[in-house]
Amino acid sequence: MLEYLFNPFLEFEFMRRSLLGCLLLSIGAAPVGVFLMLRKMSLTGDAMAHAILPGAATGFLIAGFSVSAMTIGGLVAGCLIALLSGISARKTSTSEDSSLAAFYLISLSLGVMIISLKGSNVDLLHFLFGSTLALDNAALTLLTSVSLITLISFTLLYRALVLECVDSEFLRSVSKVSPIAHYAFLVLVVLNLVSGFQALGTLMSVGLMILPGAISRFWVRQLEPMIALACLLAFAACVIGLLASYYIRLPTSPTIILSLGFAYLFSVVFGRNKGLLTQKTSFN
Amino acid sequence: MLKFNNLTLGYENLAAVYQLNASIESGEFIALVGPNGGGKSTLLKAIMGEVLPSEGSINLSVSARKGIAYLPQLSKIDRSFPMSVEQLVSSGLWRQVGLFKGIGCCHKTRIHEVLFEVGMSGFANRMLDTLSGGQFQRVLFARMLLQNAQLLLLDEPFAGVDEKTTDDLLLVLKKCHERDTTIIAVMHDLDLVREHFPSTMLLSNKLIAKGASRDVLRQENLTITRQSNPPIRYESLCKPQRVTDYA
Repeated sequence: MLEYLFNPFLEFEFMRRSLLGCLLLSIGAAPVGVFLMLRKMSLTGDAMAHAILPGAATGFLIAGFSVSAMTIGGLVAGCLIALLSGISARKTSTSEDSSLAAFYLISLSLGVMIISLKGSNVDLLHFLFGSTLALDNAALTLLTSVSLITLISFTLLYRALVLECVDSEFLRSVSKVSPIAHYAFLVLVVLNLVSGFQALGTLMSVGLMILPGAISRFWVRQLEPMIALACLLAFAACVIGLLASYYIRLPTSPTIILSLGFAYLFSVVFGRNKGLLTQKTSFN
Repeated sequence: MLKFNNLTLGYENLAAVYQLNASIESGEFIALVGPNGGGKSTLLKAIMGEVLPSEGSINLSVSARKGIAYLPQLSKIDRSFPMSVEQLVSSGLWRQVGLFKGIGCCHKTRIHEVLFEVGMSGFANRMLDTLSGGQFQRVLFARMLLQNAQLLLLDEPFAGVDEKTTDDLLLVLKKCHERDTTIIAVMHDLDLVREHFPSTMLLSNKLIAKGASRDVLRQENLTITRQSNPPIRYESLCKPQRVTDYA
């Protein structure tokens, strides 16, 4: 039994690379996802994932499948959309969510347009669903850097991020770090999405960010164990996706997200912390 | 302690507070009373430096905000956040520990002392989402006490809180007042103000009256307040600028 689990990774270098990439992605994206969920910004994460597409596509047009060009493009597009939607919401009567929705839809269609005009359908599929089994050195370097930046930022800003979620007015009354924490967090979201789309694609990378946090909230009550469990769940789903793609030729990134999706549905029903069945029990 | 000089605070071209001239002495225990939209919360934010004056200035004798503790409205806080009572109260140590310093034994002892003061001993490890509204307000008071501030700003501290908790927390405030702490609380319950607050500032965008609570909360003043129609449209609102003076 164990050999079925380990052999693909022992035998093939591309599987080991994918496993390492998934581990790095899980360490970076899952904690960001937990905070997105706690700040009630899960859909913002989804919108940002779509928003980075035209930037990455422009990078692709200029330099082909160059990780650095696509990363810089994605980062610029993500930050630009966050900034423009923020300005639009503050300067007009549009609310923050509808403003972000409008900008990400423009951005997404622009991205698909750029790729379709200059690339092939295969290129478009690579952008939307990634290529987990073909992570090169540049992609792994990017994933390592983003994971490190995320961990360091969380270490430095953890207290501020927590207090910003619970009671931002209080944080503003005792410190000027509140806006720094807010914008640093948004940059972390964009960074992790950009690094995630190399492996999972723009549409799927946000799943690895949001779903582990949403699942872990059903099982643990404290924040730190919630973050740890989210990382574990993200990595476990990646392993399942990689093995399913190796043995039964299922597409990797949808399998990863679907396994998390099933875990989420299971948690909604059986979750120890306010799952449907446990809530029912507590009323009896 | 605190002086408002011709202070105007506004959002866009509406003045929430208009040409306010008043002062609050050190050690004063004062209620800020007025209609919704009358500028009470905006005034508290201006004292903290969050809202900048459009005109006039605030002179504050506490050095650069360090001596101010702020108690926000209950509704502004996410009580579903996965955090224990002890963790939330410990955020009151921010000015001592900042982003990086650890919370040591003496800090923990102090946390347990303030929890005892507000009647929440034994709740340190409880999660926030298991607390009632009154218990949660006690926890916020504990955090405020931990800040050990000279000036307490409270925004509707007794809204949605039962009578017993209100009495207990008023007692906590009175003890702070005895230690010469200045207390400014936004209040809506006039009976509570008459009974427990020595002085009151009645604000309906403009200052209606300030002084001893029994004098300020007279019928004629309350009638003027009811007849006023906040907020004031203020055509020549200047660009906000930092003129809060921390002497």
